[in-house]
Amino acid sequence: MSKSRPTFDEMLVGEETPRPPYSAYHRWFSNEDLKDLRRKSSEAEAFFRRIGITFNVYGQADADERLIPFDIVPRIISGREWSVLERGIDQRVRAINAFLHDIYHRQEIIRAGRIPKEIISKNDAFLPEMIGVNPPGGVYTHIVGTDLVRTGENEFYVLEDNARTPSGVSYMLENRETMLQMFPELFAQMKVRPVSSYPRLLRRSLADCAPPATSGRPVVAVLTPGIHNSAYFEHAFLADQMGAELVESHDLSIENGRVAMRTTQGFQAIDVLYRRVDDDYLDPLTFNPDSMLGVPGIMDVYRAGGITIANAPGTGIADDKALYSYMPDIVEFYTGEQAILKNVPTWRCSEADSLAYVLDHLSELVVKEVHGSGGYGMLVGPAASKKEIAAFEKKLRARPSNYIAQPTLALSTVPILTKAGLAPRHVDLRPFVLVSPNRIDITPGGLTRVALKKGSLVVNSSQGGGTKDTWVLGD
Amino acid sequence: MRLKITHVTSYSYDAPVRSALQKLRLTPRSGHGQTVLDWDVSITGGTRQVSYADQFVNHTDLIKVDPGAQHIEIVCQGHVETENRNGVIGIHKGFAPLWLYRNATPFTAPGSTLRALVRQLKADHGDADALTQLHALSDMILGQVRYETGRTDSSTTAETALAEGHGVCQDHTHVMIAAARLLGQPARYISGYLMMNDRVDQTASHAWCEVWTDALGWVGFDVSNGISPDDRYVRVATGRDYRDAAPIMGIRQGAGDEHLQVSLQVQQ
Repeated sequence: MSKSRPTFDEMLVGEETPRPPYSAYHRWFSNEDLKDLRRKSSEAEAFFRRIGITFNVYGQADADERLIPFDIVPRIISGREWSVLERGIDQRVRAINAFLHDIYHRQEIIRAGRIPKEIISKNDAFLPEMIGVNPPGGVYTHIVGTDLVRTGENEFYVLEDNARTPSGVSYMLENRETMLQMFPELFAQMKVRPVSSYPRLLRRSLADCAPPATSGRPVVAVLTPGIHNSAYFEHAFLADQMGAELVESHDLSIENGRVAMRTTQGFQAIDVLYRRVDDDYLDPLTFNPDSMLGVPGIMDVYRAGGITIANAPGTGIADDKALYSYMPDIVEFYTGEQAILKNVPTWRCSEADSLAYVLDHLSELVVKEVHGSGGYGMLVGPAASKKEIAAFEKKLRARPSNYIAQPTLALSTVPILTKAGLAPRHVDLRPFVLVSPNRIDITPGGLTRVALKKGSLVVNSSQGGGTKDTWVLGD
Repeated sequence: MRLKITHVTSYSYDAPVRSALQKLRLTPRSGHGQTVLDWDVSITGGTRQVSYADQFVNHTDLIKVDPGAQHIEIVCQGHVETENRNGVIGIHKGFAPLWLYRNATPFTAPGSTLRALVRQLKADHGDADALTQLHALSDMILGQVRYETGRTDSSTTAETALAEGHGVCQDHTHVMIAAARLLGQPARYISGYLMMNDRVDQTASHAWCEVWTDALGWVGFDVSNGISPDDRYVRVATGRDYRDAAPIMGIRQGAGDEHLQVSLQVQQ
């Protein structure tokens, strides 16, 4: 993490020598014509436009729908590297589910003094309506998207756990589809593990969590806020790929003690609802009474065992940034093992000593809002102007407990294709994890986000980031 | 004491209802000095969808108003055997942590008036033990918030009721809860029934609060009547404030007004 250390490039050692996972790809690339590749790159863009993968950016009225830029150079991870990540993610996700059960029941972890009570009692992400609920199969986070960054050969850090409703899996699937179409010869040469089973596994995993009220084959549906939501494409895509219904608030009502959707044959009870609507909007009878996006009464049916909600309400307490710094303790407490994946060192600005340090080192640190997401409301010290730092300092002093700070990690780079050829850009990785009562499935791959601007560390698509296909090799 | 309770709530709608749900917390549980001998909730004009125990272990029913109905009636009746424990409820049960009852809620968020009340209490009774302080607090609230119906409604906050100086049992209870939390004590809302000595027909179901004290655990305070609950009280639902413990909470689609009528008899 020290500044003097060079950035770890995942493809190349020095200028020319590829690292082992990239050797076959590098050989192929060296024999390709740059112009041809540039042409393929524009073809890929046209392909995405045709299938309609676009997204909305919040706070940009003039650019309602945009395409997330796609880079045709894959990010390649060896099978050995992946197996370490897989074990680490599996362990972390098991711990998160045990933690959620505990926090909504006896709160042993607080009694044991392993996390301070205040981190839960003063946290808006704690949902009292979940107290005492035993979700079917004991699963709280059916779908997790663990954000990882890499800083060296064997150095991975977890950046965020995304235990609410992680998005982006449709990009993982479409990126691969595009690469398969454009470079079939590469897939013939290299053993790239497939990701295409994700929708089938998602369906199976959700169905395995069907509630006691289910009779026959579980009925799964995807609840979307509607066409104006930035991830609507993904909601429709996943419903389609899973063979599940895509439903909105107005399609649903409470019938005979179940949540049911209107069909041409009358009402059909839903067993498992994969909801892409936030907790607060989920049930106007129980939560925000003004919500038009939810289903009145669904929380009552849920508590009575009439439906499974995925992810469970109240899981936000597990991926809260204030709680993040305690994750190594949480993993140890529930699994009895040391955490396999590292946490980024974190200063909690609620603590006086930490705040003093953070205020002294703002130009070196990344400061984030405890409850923020999507790269909004954060300060990237090294990239910020004096004026921006001064403005942020004011906000930080006014509400220190609203912030945490972390060192700027030397994120690894993977080359992208530019006019001049390959050029390194910083990346992160979001693998997608499916949790069911008896198993945890981690799709080999995930969403690699890349900061397209030279030197930039912000990979969020809403802030000018792009994506890459992620290959895990079957070595 | 053996209490016989008959509680009828009816809603009439100006226009047929398109869709309406009601969450009922109208079934008392045995324990804490009361034994429910028999209890029945029957509904006309609506259908019970599910029943479950909520996060505060309140028995909860979800009712759907029959489509097109213009009238719904909920009849609760039964017998409850009660004993006088001088308001002492004692140990904390269930998974809801005690700290949850120390957090402010929208109904009980303190403003300058509530803070002034607590400052006054500390100035006058700062040396007294917790129980004495709480009794004094209850008296102060009754002195400052005159019992008066029709001046506040079910959405009035504790701060508003105290600042305006009038309210009903819900308001008294919210003010007491808010002040107790400012003192650092967990406090909770109780909705239930009270048999008033001089009459069989009661005007409305009642509300009071319980405050946690280290010495005795949960202790009840009925601010409106200036006493701690005895064997004339039946606890039905609890929670952080009215929203958690309300006997009936509804959501409705459709035009037209709703008219509520309540009749309640509590007798020996």
